[in-house]
Amino acid sequence: MTAELGAFALTLGLALSLMQAVLGLAGAHRPALAGAATGASLGGFLCIAAAFAALLVAFVTSDFSVSNVAANSNTAKPMLYKVAGAWGSHEGSMLLWCMALSGYGAAVAVFGRDLPLALRSRTIGVQGALGVLFLAYTVFASNPLARLVEPPIEGRSLNPLLQDPALVLHPPFLYLGYVGFSVVFSFAIAALIGGRIDAAWARWVRPWTLAAWSMLTVGITLGSYWAYYELGWGGWWFWDPVENASFMPWLIGTALLHSAVVTEKRGALSGWTLFLALAAFTFSMLGAFLVRSGVLTSVHAFAVDPERGALLLGILGIASGAGFALFAWRAPALQSGGLFAPASRESLIVLNNIILTAATATVLLGTLYPLIREAMDGNAVSVGPPYFNLTFTPLMAVAFLILPFGPLTAWKRGDLWAAGQRLWLAAAAAIIFGLATYAIVSPRKALAAAGVALGFWLIFGVLAEVAERTRAFRAPAAETWRRLVGLPRGAWGMTLAHLGLGLFTLGAVFETAWKLETAEALSLGGRIEVGAYTLTLDSVRTGEGANYIAERGHVTVTRGGRVVCEATPERRFYPTGEKTTSEVALCNRGLDQVYIVLGERRAGEGGRPAWLLRAYFNPWVQLIFLGPLLMAVGGLVSLSDRRLRLAAGKKAA
Amino acid sequence: MRRLLVVIAAALCMAAAADPAERLPDPAQEARAREIFPQVRCLVCQNESINDSDADLARDLRRVVRDQVAAGRDEAQVKAFLTERYGEYVLLKPAFTLGNAALWLGPFLAVIAGLALLASRVRRRDLSEGLSLDEETRLARLLEDRER
Repeated sequence: MTAELGAFALTLGLALSLMQAVLGLAGAHRPALAGAATGASLGGFLCIAAAFAALLVAFVTSDFSVSNVAANSNTAKPMLYKVAGAWGSHEGSMLLWCMALSGYGAAVAVFGRDLPLALRSRTIGVQGALGVLFLAYTVFASNPLARLVEPPIEGRSLNPLLQDPALVLHPPFLYLGYVGFSVVFSFAIAALIGGRIDAAWARWVRPWTLAAWSMLTVGITLGSYWAYYELGWGGWWFWDPVENASFMPWLIGTALLHSAVVTEKRGALSGWTLFLALAAFTFSMLGAFLVRSGVLTSVHAFAVDPERGALLLGILGIASGAGFALFAWRAPALQSGGLFAPASRESLIVLNNIILTAATATVLLGTLYPLIREAMDGNAVSVGPPYFNLTFTPLMAVAFLILPFGPLTAWKRGDLWAAGQRLWLAAAAAIIFGLATYAIVSPRKALAAAGVALGFWLIFGVLAEVAERTRAFRAPAAETWRRLVGLPRGAWGMTLAHLGLGLFTLGAVFETAWKLETAEALSLGGRIEVGAYTLTLDSVRTGEGANYIAERGHVTVTRGGRVVCEATPERRFYPTGEKTTSEVALCNRGLDQVYIVLGERRAGEGGRPAWLLRAYFNPWVQLIFLGPLLMAVGGLVSLSDRRLRLAAGKKAA
Repeated sequence: MRRLLVVIAAALCMAAAADPAERLPDPAQEARAREIFPQVRCLVCQNESINDSDADLARDLRRVVRDQVAAGRDEAQVKAFLTERYGEYVLLKPAFTLGNAALWLGPFLAVIAGLALLASRVRRRDLSEGLSLDEETRLARLLEDRER
């Protein structure tokens, strides 16, 4: 019964979205219709939430008459993963996508009460139209609440690799990010229909961009961390199509965050900001298509279905096609104000945007090139990490070199020389740290040392900017403190985000250049060394988990004879799916981690059993994940800025 | 030369990752083989290099690469051998050929296009009317001070 109610609610949600689209677009100058559109958006969200709740109930109660539950859950699974199963499959995750889409629409209806009527009504209308596309797809082509005529007694299981706490949270965050850009998309279309884009518009768009971007950052980081410890070889980024699919909207979103600041503060770049606003959600939809259609082989493809892929491509074509056609038609007529000199913060942000966009284009080209080449001459090619390392990484290095100049250069017409003078200390410190790294860390790697210098350049550059704003060391301490406390949250947000980028750079460079690996087949009592650590395999016991059988190793990690860590890496066998996975053991040592994997059992010396033990020493690896989290925190701090909160409550000037 | 080998061997002992049963006896050759692994695709896997994959085919390909290196072939020769046997698909770093020119030149063209656009905009802006740049600058400074 619950599933039928859910399916009904879902269909009702589709109908309400259709109402929301029609009434919202028609209600730009008719408050009564606009009010009805608001009601439809709230009602639609409640309906889809109810449908999602029904799916959750079906998963929690293991109702195998629902085909999606039968295909993705079973009774032996721990409760947490039963719940997460609701969004672990294609159908369920599309429902989550729809819920986020209508939730954002409802949020605009609730929080945007004081937006100009026409803009608000049209935004809600466009959001409704997007909702119609995706809900129609969910209802007719991918209904998660469809019943089976003959329900099985036991369900199949969710892929054991996906039964992991990080992956419980990863999709919701990712979808809040992806779909968050839909609001920005709708705002852009509404502005194009209205033919008016100004500083106030940019100020309204910014909080939504910030929210979406922060969520996406957390989502990608969680996914990356999951890959790091779950796939069992310690890699955290593979330039895999699915990863790229999430990374492209992030890059465009980052560009949008910056260009929206220019539009907000200076009224310039409005056309470009609009373009990025349309592009961000386009890349989100492209991501959904690439991940689900299976047109590209991926290590993470878990919910692939080519036929549905074609439908998703259709949705992408309709939504983005309409958006960009409108843009091509209306954008040339938009007023674009705001002059700026070649040396100004505007120019530097434009430079940032050029690099980020070129980087996105590079990732897109690399991701799609196998398809392009196949269409061109029928040859199959692979584009892997070496390509991206050679193209994307240098682009980013240039962007990082420029970054600290941005906040220190004035709007309009700045003085790069003056900015340079404020940064020379930061540059000198970064170079010293780079040289020290080159001298101390072995083996010597010049390029990696330069990368370390770049990371420190970002960090010190950010600190130099804070010092400049607070007149540190030049004004009395009390004055500096007063200024420090008085800095707007937006400024703190930027500082934290840039700091996070610097920390990430340090972690990524250090881990990539100086990670150590070792592997040996060990009998009980055998030991291997990785870096300064000695690992002893004390015992291997068999045990049973909720839905798996495990071999659990006990490994003592010592450094200089002192025990620093007791690790228990596992090798698990899941009988329901006949899959073997390794549960890695991680020893945290400051920012470093010792990463231990228990491998297969083999015959050792003298017939004694031995296990293949692999160990990695990953220096500074935690920065790779802490840096992006700090960036997300920066985004949220910026979101809490009083100006942005007030902006939502202010009428157009 | 011998000292160089010792240094490489030392670096390698630390970096030795894959299965000990597969390793080449000569550490210098093993190091060269390992530089090639990340560039070779495990053909049956879902987008993994033979450096990362546990699949049987990845193991076979590692053996092929190691054998080739042990036979004294250099990186280019090994890659050519693999390409001939398995097609271009096996290389994770596509070769710079006519067919791949768009792939390798694309990023540069994107940057150049962006910069050209910027340059044209900046030049056009110089000719616009309204407040002069100096006046606008002063206005901006005043506004910015107030925001602080």
